[in-house]
Amino acid sequence: MQTETTLNKYQAYNLKFMDRLLAFLSSDLRAGGARQLVLTIGVPLAAIAMFLMLWSVLAAKVQTSLGQLPGPAKVWEQTLALVDEHQAARAKEAAFYQRQEKRNAEKLAANPNAEVRIRAYTGAPTFFDQILTSLVTVATGFLIASLIAVPIGIVTGMSQTLYSALNPIIQLFKPVSPLAWLPIVTMVVSAVYVSKDPWFAKSFLNSAITVTLCCLWPTIINTAVGVSTVNKDLINVSRVLRLPWLTKTVKIVLPSAIPMMFTGLRLSLGIGWMVLIAAEMLAQNPGLGKFVWDEFQNGSSNSLARIMVAVLVIGFIGFVLDRGMLMLQRKFSWDKSVITR
Amino acid sequence: MNDKCHLELTHVNIDFPTDTGPFRALEDVSLKIDKGEFVTLIGHSGCGKSTVLNIVAGLHRATAGGVILNGREVAEPGPERAVVFQNHSLLPWLTAYENVELGVKQVFKGKKSRAEMRDWIEHNLELVHMGHARDKRPDEISGGMKQRVGIARALAMQPEVLLMDEPFGALDALTRAHLQDSLMEIHATLGNTVIMITHDVDEAVLLSDRIVMMTNGPAATIGEVLHIQLERPRERLALADDVRYNHYRSGVLKFLYERQKRPEENKKTPADRGTTHADSENTPDEVEPENVALRVVGH
Repeated sequence: MQTETTLNKYQAYNLKFMDRLLAFLSSDLRAGGARQLVLTIGVPLAAIAMFLMLWSVLAAKVQTSLGQLPGPAKVWEQTLALVDEHQAARAKEAAFYQRQEKRNAEKLAANPNAEVRIRAYTGAPTFFDQILTSLVTVATGFLIASLIAVPIGIVTGMSQTLYSALNPIIQLFKPVSPLAWLPIVTMVVSAVYVSKDPWFAKSFLNSAITVTLCCLWPTIINTAVGVSTVNKDLINVSRVLRLPWLTKTVKIVLPSAIPMMFTGLRLSLGIGWMVLIAAEMLAQNPGLGKFVWDEFQNGSSNSLARIMVAVLVIGFIGFVLDRGMLMLQRKFSWDKSVITR
Repeated sequence: MNDKCHLELTHVNIDFPTDTGPFRALEDVSLKIDKGEFVTLIGHSGCGKSTVLNIVAGLHRATAGGVILNGREVAEPGPERAVVFQNHSLLPWLTAYENVELGVKQVFKGKKSRAEMRDWIEHNLELVHMGHARDKRPDEISGGMKQRVGIARALAMQPEVLLMDEPFGALDALTRAHLQDSLMEIHATLGNTVIMITHDVDEAVLLSDRIVMMTNGPAATIGEVLHIQLERPRERLALADDVRYNHYRSGVLKFLYERQKRPEENKKTPADRGTTHADSENTPDEVEPENVALRVVGH
């Protein structure tokens, strides 16, 4: 009995002490500030650390025909290697042009009428070149898709007839995988795009058009829904004001559809980026996808690590693209309460 | 009174299509309103008050009968019958000034110069005491302020008839009192004809020249009209002890709770209801589910 009460007293004291300590800590960091700090920085860092640990432990247990599955350390090593290779390639390119210029200068000095030419450098694209190619391709495909999809979405949302007409087509093509489009796009581009002095490489067009075809649908659907679900009260306001059709569209319908429109654009860009990597892998079009495929075919002991670098970079770029769209949305949309997930 | 009536509703019927055939919401609603008169519509939820207002606004068309304003039939909505909506209905992407401007530009296109329009918009914002918030967006101001801007937008169209659909329904009691005072002030200055829907008996007696009491739907119609002969300007505090005021008030309450019991009350046993009748009529944000449904069907 005696011990029990003392124990209880002790526990009570302990709890009070903990309470005070916590209160002290939190007041020190401005009520809630500490918790916020832990949530926004501490927890994600801890999760990443745990992920890296799990990765290195589990990867060490997998033996593939290309050697052990690389852990974080190996991947980091290859990241640095890829940077080095890129710098080496750039140095080589600069040296190549320098040599040509020197030779040409010598030629001209010997004979002022000599015909001089600068030959383009044709070294293999580095990892960073491939990233750039992919970014340009996805941007092109996405822009074309947006330019087509937003107007179609607006008119579809405004006209019930057009909606009924287009809806089955949209629903049919929306779930089609990019890999199914690719052969068709490739054949059509080869057949139609015949020019002696092409502006764009065919492979670039193939990738960009495939991206476009997959980017269209989310934007069309979301824009149409946004346009067709304008608040009835706001429509009544425009009726009472007897706003002409164009004013109504510009002042009321489009602004209220903007949040949905951006949701569609964000979805489209995300899909476009995924589609592009797949298209590049399958069609051997230059870009990050080709890099992954080449490394896979190459089959050196470093290949898996290099592919993992690519995977992480692809993920990171996808994230940055999405955040970029979100920033655009924040800038252009009146609805500042967009969720940042 | 006048040989030529300002605003007249004549035998208005309206049917809404439903899955089980047409639903008769209003039957034989007839009402004559003089210029500058302040009329409130009162009745239980779902009795079709908003439908009457929407017919006058031209947002709904009567199935039979019609509305005549200054000798011309009302066929479509128009700025001479400005509407103040229950949930303010400001465009969230425009500032208070721009919201008012939208209407002014439409109504005074070619009649006022740019500078005149600017002065007119600012004048109307001042009228509802919102001059200080002209560059604020709706999400930056309170509910009462939004409703003020909504009223400014309607007033700025210089309407002949101001239609108000429970304009203060969603506001707290203090804000509501402020806005009622503002509205009386504006009505005294401008002399617009006003038709206003309310659930609040005190509000109806305080503001109106006439209270139009509606029977319960379906096939709702005007049950009784009460003339409020209290001299203006009216002071809410002085009126609280006024015998006539309380007489009018009890007149409306009797109509609502004796002769027109709530429709759902008839279905339930009286024991379920308790003694909350007198309180519940003051509930500021009564929803009208039936009406909402009807509006959707109507479009």
